[in-house]
Amino acid sequence: MATQHSRSAARLMMAPAVILLLGWMLVPLTMTVYFSFKKYLPLRGGDLGWVGFDNYVRFVTSSAFWPSVMTTLIIVGGVLAITVILGIGLAILLNQPMWGQGMVRILVIAPFFVMPTVSALVWKNMFMDPNYGLLAHLWEFFGATPVEWLSQASLTSIVIIVSWQWLPFATLILLTAIQSLDSEQLEAAEMDGAPASKRFAFITLPHLGRAITVVILIQTIFLLSIFAEIFVTTGGAFGTKTLTYLIFQRVLESQNVGLGSAGGVYAIILANIVAIFLMRIVGKNLDA
Amino acid sequence: MGQIKLNQVSKSFGDVEVIPPLDLTIEDGEFTVFVGPSGCGKSTLLRLIAGLEDITSGHIEIDGADATNVPPAKRGLAMVFQSYALYPHMSVRKNIAFPMRMAGVPADEQERRIDAAAKALNLTDYLDRRPGQLSGGQRQRVAIGRAIVREPSAFLFDEPLSNLDAALRVGMRMEISELHKKLATTMIYVTHDQVEAMTMADRIVVLRKGFIEQIGSPLELYHKPCNEFVAGFIGSPKMNLIKGTEADKHGVATIGIRPEHLDVSSTDGAWKATVGIAEHLGSDTFLHIHGVEGCDPMTARVDGELPVKHGDTIYLTPQLDKLHKFDAQGLRVD
Repeated sequence: MATQHSRSAARLMMAPAVILLLGWMLVPLTMTVYFSFKKYLPLRGGDLGWVGFDNYVRFVTSSAFWPSVMTTLIIVGGVLAITVILGIGLAILLNQPMWGQGMVRILVIAPFFVMPTVSALVWKNMFMDPNYGLLAHLWEFFGATPVEWLSQASLTSIVIIVSWQWLPFATLILLTAIQSLDSEQLEAAEMDGAPASKRFAFITLPHLGRAITVVILIQTIFLLSIFAEIFVTTGGAFGTKTLTYLIFQRVLESQNVGLGSAGGVYAIILANIVAIFLMRIVGKNLDA
Repeated sequence: MGQIKLNQVSKSFGDVEVIPPLDLTIEDGEFTVFVGPSGCGKSTLLRLIAGLEDITSGHIEIDGADATNVPPAKRGLAMVFQSYALYPHMSVRKNIAFPMRMAGVPADEQERRIDAAAKALNLTDYLDRRPGQLSGGQRQRVAIGRAIVREPSAFLFDEPLSNLDAALRVGMRMEISELHKKLATTMIYVTHDQVEAMTMADRIVVLRKGFIEQIGSPLELYHKPCNEFVAGFIGSPKMNLIKGTEADKHGVATIGIRPEHLDVSSTDGAWKATVGIAEHLGSDTFLHIHGVEGCDPMTARVDGELPVKHGDTIYLTPQLDKLHKFDAQGLRVD
């Protein structure tokens, strides 16, 4: 990339990708902002003109708004906690030399390849069904009354399902991080008199800091927009309505594109607030 | 205080016996160097003493007490690793404090020992830096500092200088030797570099394939190597080992003569030969000589002023009183 000529050639060749990406993001964003200022009801009169910030006010003053924000944060926080903690545990286990290690590792990764819709349906029907689900049988075996997971413990159920999907991702990243830990450091700590628990706390965990940061950042981005798992299980009922789901209901079930678009803009703002917080809290880990 | 005794200690990894049963006693306050080519089991032996590997059979005694099944932390030994093994997320101060923190040493005592170690190792200005901001030599000193503050009964060094550049290595060699003189603590030092072994050791243990070939002071090994392997391993440049008719004249299978014990003349001598490469170091010149039967190339160490160049014909005469003789099994004949 040294000469003027090769630089302009590089720009020319990168242009299609950049233009495509920009179009991909800018067009929907502009459309969302455009519709959010309109009263637009496709099946009830169509475009009914500009309404200013009316949609924004209606979206936040609706009784479903704050609960949906809370639900979103609970799901994201719960899944993050479960996947990071269990992921560290699994990564340590998988790092031990054992028979059939390669096979076990592949099996651990497997849930990540199952589509969200499919895995949610499998959980709903095979595990959590109160009549013929495996968990119901387990409860009955111990003489307990089966839990109606998706109605009695709906939020917990969704957190479990989503955690199951994302645990392999966390495990994979943390496992590679653990493998890069210099074994001489652990041996030095052992010589220095640190028992296993302290070796974990003082050596392994700080070493994993950066990997945990990556896991939290990437998962948060995807978890803020989970949809399929809710759609096929509770359909947003029993307090499982996230912000994403609320927007979906406004646009497609209520056929109110303007109101939904305003919600979409709020979702963008929420995602950015979360991102800024995350970068502040954990981003400094990435500098070192 | 720091006597370490190995009694019929052996180590196998699966079916592979890395260290056959061996006996070794390291006296209190002694600087012992384990030296040998790579893969000779010297690092494994050190790790057995440290307790980082379990021994397959035998006993280890430290200070007269059986330490065979004592965990590494309780053996009272401190180890300096090849990669230094500093904790990258802790400052130098915290690195050095770590073993004391684990042992529950009171905070003011910790401070006192850290300051003393930092002063001794010239680390006072770096105590608040992270290991990543230090040079190789400084990291090495931090690793040593972390070992010193534990006040161990013996120090174990696992090739500590092999990651340093040549100039730094010479400096650190002196620092470690001085440290030993000052602390008078037992030190066991593993290296593959015979120069390090010769310059630092009170006693050298030469290992090959897990066997102890010879134990002795540096000069004992230099003057009386007990077999061909030790003869070839100790000394730089290497001893010339001559087989065939020249050896037959002395009634043995092999004769050995060190490069510095060859007299070189341009007019007459025992062996006529041609100069190959001449390495001029200034003070000395190493000549690689071709044409002597049974040893090609032969190395001779001559005065740096001697005017020799590639292709010259020269005559070599070994100093007979400095000749080493070995039998067909490679053992020394006196």
